[in-house]
Amino acid sequence: MTGTGIGAPVRRKEDQRFITGKGRYTDDLTRPGQAHAYFVRSPHAHAEIVKIDKAAAEAMPGVLAVLTGDDLAADNIGGLICGWMIHSKDGSPMKAGAHPALAQGKVRYVGDHVAVVVAETLAQARDAAEAVEVDYKLLPAIADTATARSSKVVVHDVAPDNTVYEWHLGDKDATEAAFKKAKHVTTLDITNNRLIPNPIETRAAIGEYDMGTDNYTLYTTSQNPHVARLVLSAFIGIAPENKLRVIAPDVGGGFGSKIFIYAEETVCVWASKKVGRPVKWTSDRTEAFLSDAHGRDHVTRAQLALDDNGKILALRAHTIANLGAYLSTFSSSVPTYLYAPLLSGQYDIPAIYAEVDGVYTNTAPVDAYRGAGRPEATFVVERLVEVAARELGMDPAKFRKKNYIKRFPHQTPVIMNYDVGDYGASLEKALEMADYKGFNKRKRESAKKGKLRGIGFSSYIEACGIAPSQAVGSLGAGVGLWESAEVRVNPTGSVEVLTGSHSHGQGHETTFAQLVSERLGVDINNVNIVHGDTDKVQFGMGTYGSRSGAVGMSAITRAIDKVIEKGKKVAAYAMEASDKDIEFADGKFSVAGTDKSMAFGEIALQAYIAHKFSGQDLEPGLKEGAFYDPTNFTFPAGVHICEVEIDPDTGVTTIERFTAVDDFGVVINPMIVEGQVHGGIAQGVGQALLENAVYDESGQLVTASYMDYAMPRADDLPSFDVGMTVTPCPSNPLGIKGCGEAGAIAAPPAVINAITNAVGHEDVPMPATPRAVWHAIHKGKAPMAAE
Amino acid sequence: MHAFEYHRPSNVRQAAALLQKNEDAKIVAGGHTLLPTMKQRLAAPSALVDLGAMGELRGIEKKGRAVVIGAMSTHADVATSDVVAEAIPGLAKLAELIGDPAVRHRGTIGGSIANNDPAADYPAACIGLGATIITNKRKIVAEEFFTGMFDTALDEGEIITKVSFPIPAKAAYAKFRNPASRYALAGVFVSKRGSDIRVAVTGAGSDGVFRWSEAEEALAKRFAPKSLDGMSPPASGMNTDIHADAEYRAHLVGVMARRAVAAATGR
Repeated sequence: MTGTGIGAPVRRKEDQRFITGKGRYTDDLTRPGQAHAYFVRSPHAHAEIVKIDKAAAEAMPGVLAVLTGDDLAADNIGGLICGWMIHSKDGSPMKAGAHPALAQGKVRYVGDHVAVVVAETLAQARDAAEAVEVDYKLLPAIADTATARSSKVVVHDVAPDNTVYEWHLGDKDATEAAFKKAKHVTTLDITNNRLIPNPIETRAAIGEYDMGTDNYTLYTTSQNPHVARLVLSAFIGIAPENKLRVIAPDVGGGFGSKIFIYAEETVCVWASKKVGRPVKWTSDRTEAFLSDAHGRDHVTRAQLALDDNGKILALRAHTIANLGAYLSTFSSSVPTYLYAPLLSGQYDIPAIYAEVDGVYTNTAPVDAYRGAGRPEATFVVERLVEVAARELGMDPAKFRKKNYIKRFPHQTPVIMNYDVGDYGASLEKALEMADYKGFNKRKRESAKKGKLRGIGFSSYIEACGIAPSQAVGSLGAGVGLWESAEVRVNPTGSVEVLTGSHSHGQGHETTFAQLVSERLGVDINNVNIVHGDTDKVQFGMGTYGSRSGAVGMSAITRAIDKVIEKGKKVAAYAMEASDKDIEFADGKFSVAGTDKSMAFGEIALQAYIAHKFSGQDLEPGLKEGAFYDPTNFTFPAGVHICEVEIDPDTGVTTIERFTAVDDFGVVINPMIVEGQVHGGIAQGVGQALLENAVYDESGQLVTASYMDYAMPRADDLPSFDVGMTVTPCPSNPLGIKGCGEAGAIAAPPAVINAITNAVGHEDVPMPATPRAVWHAIHKGKAPMAAE
Repeated sequence: MHAFEYHRPSNVRQAAALLQKNEDAKIVAGGHTLLPTMKQRLAAPSALVDLGAMGELRGIEKKGRAVVIGAMSTHADVATSDVVAEAIPGLAKLAELIGDPAVRHRGTIGGSIANNDPAADYPAACIGLGATIITNKRKIVAEEFFTGMFDTALDEGEIITKVSFPIPAKAAYAKFRNPASRYALAGVFVSKRGSDIRVAVTGAGSDGVFRWSEAEEALAKRFAPKSLDGMSPPASGMNTDIHADAEYRAHLVGVMARRAVAAATGR
């Protein structure tokens, strides 16, 4: 092997350009004749638009156009879509309110798009935007998740009680029956706090229309450029698919928020034809806070039924999920099919029943955010399990172990069929790494200093590598979730991989090259990864749900296999042998039983010069493509243990130790995987201790800047102890499960379980800010986050 | 940001003249509050008068029984000054706790004081040490300088040139940071200079920095953390926001005051 293949901690190839400022992000691009867009946004959470007077703005210097929802309607441009149909219990389809890219008649959240000004310079566009006179008739607003359904405010007329759907999953009768015979029931009321994604690079777009060819190009910050093209053409109707090219160059983080097809990107493409100039928009940080799709925001009552030996009999949950003012691209699926199927956790639970009410509110749309539904499920399960153990007086580790699934495959009562795992192995390793035995001693030492100490577990599972297309199709998805790849071998033996996955921080340029290096014996520096351009890559479903390894690399593997097969045929001609006798290993084609061999690069050249075979017998060239559709979800799982110390005088929580043991299946690059774990934990700790998107009663976003929205910083975090166990995934050719979201899924319950353990009761809200923890310690009851 | 004129005078007299000529002009020192406000279009001065070229406004020296700091000295200057570290280590420590390295290398003591942000750190030091603010026109004692949230005794066109801090026998600052902004949620500066005992509180009060007289009286009997046991100011005068309600803020003031006294007395 080359030493840069699977399992090697190769340094990231892309970092040289990123850390030397040579990355090329959308905002770095300047197109000839480029004009600038600035959006007029609603300052109100809920209002009718009585009139928009754009005359003054149109007369301002440098202004090329002032466009509104009326102009969109006149051009027959469709609204933004939600691509996953959810049906309510009664069989009725979800109630999707219209979502025009520029408001038509009504605004529904602070930051909603009212008009766009296109001008020669950004400053001119902004000046003119301030001169657009919008006459609003204010309406009362509803921002609160729990009370949205009983509010008199109606966000969309199609949903008079603000209810998008009343969905359910599982066997209600079996669950009720199990609860009836239970010896003990644990009940928890849980609020999963609303988060704002905050990638370092804000969203940006350049729309460009070429009058000569009638083609459009959109440069944008997308995690899935092909999906953006499909939606913009087939649903929104801006341009036919073959006339639209979407390019997502370097993208600086997404965490899900750049999956979706937003108003601004849509408007830039449309406006570029209207003004006959490329139109650029770059979100400022305030706009990002207001208009990027937010995450989480669940209110749940959850219960666990147990027998008198501490065996779990059933779980039930009723969740209200805030979907915001409009249904974002995949929003409907996040609190339903990405949530409830994970409510079995790592446990053998005979009966599960979940009800989810999706609600509209006058807040920014809520959609997938790192983990998407699975952090919410894990928080419910892992809080319930920890509290149940405490209530039964059992050690939480032993309680978990007793209830773990131990035989695979395991069919849960909520769709998922777990293929493989060894949860006990992860737990044992984590207990040892965390020195669980020494905890009581450390707790006594903390007590001597007047500090409280607590320990908490999170034994999480997630379903990723999404997903088998047939399966998601039967659940309402509007698309298939396979991935495609093309492996192009050049005559000199260097390789280009065109992938439908998209890297926005994950290190694909390195890990995908490692796969090629491993399989073809090519130096990783002779491998280029091409992604993010619909004109180069035939198609792709993009990167989210920890799918680029399990699905994207599986597609590359299949294409590599085809390259090897073709190479064998070329080699057979070149070495005058039967292609059945050609073997390929360590970058060499050889004839079995002889010392004849040719290097991969030599065969590549032979394939292209085609001197040794007739082009009628074998097609020249060496380029193969593959579409890979997974056969199952993958199920990364692990155990995270958090140990905290709390200063009772101030309520400040310090994470003293954080141990993560994860089973991601086969790991391509352990350094990159560890980095993903670190980042995920940091985001999970952010949710647990710091981050909270707060709307006030009038629907104003109180936390619309870093002055009030607390992001995790390096000094909020300890050094993590990261370990791994491995059960290779049987459902894909590489054995990969995926690692991108695990930390964000696992960490929040581990942290909150540790804090509640230290405080001595369960009534600690998330985020457990110093204020909340102080109140929890001293009053036994913390007030709600918002005043 | 709207368009504005930019001036960079070379002495205080020129700066004052420019301010007099341009009614809507603003002084810019480090710019760490003003420029973000302008970028958000919440402020649109017609002109900026940048004090950055005036060497006379920068520098730290010991003068008799006081440390005198030029208005354009950055937080980093104060945090790393040997003069400050020796005479009033608590003041150096305070400067070290402001913002992040970028803020500390651009932000200035004069700018901070003139802005009188209710959660800024320096107002607590000025009142907690009984400082005198020196302008191009006069000298103002700290208690008369800070006149309420974002409000000071400065007249139109008046420029802070120096701040003079009397050297105390003991002094220290304890700060509880806002988890998001890292401004003071409750910051307490304590000092003892002869019989002059001061406890100045920033970040917590609903009308900006204030002296906590009850605590001063308790410390006058004995300057020790124990003297403040169980004490906190009334919650009624405290700020409430998503980060801290009034009750919690009042409690934090008590905790920070005890920690400041402990630091000042080396306990």
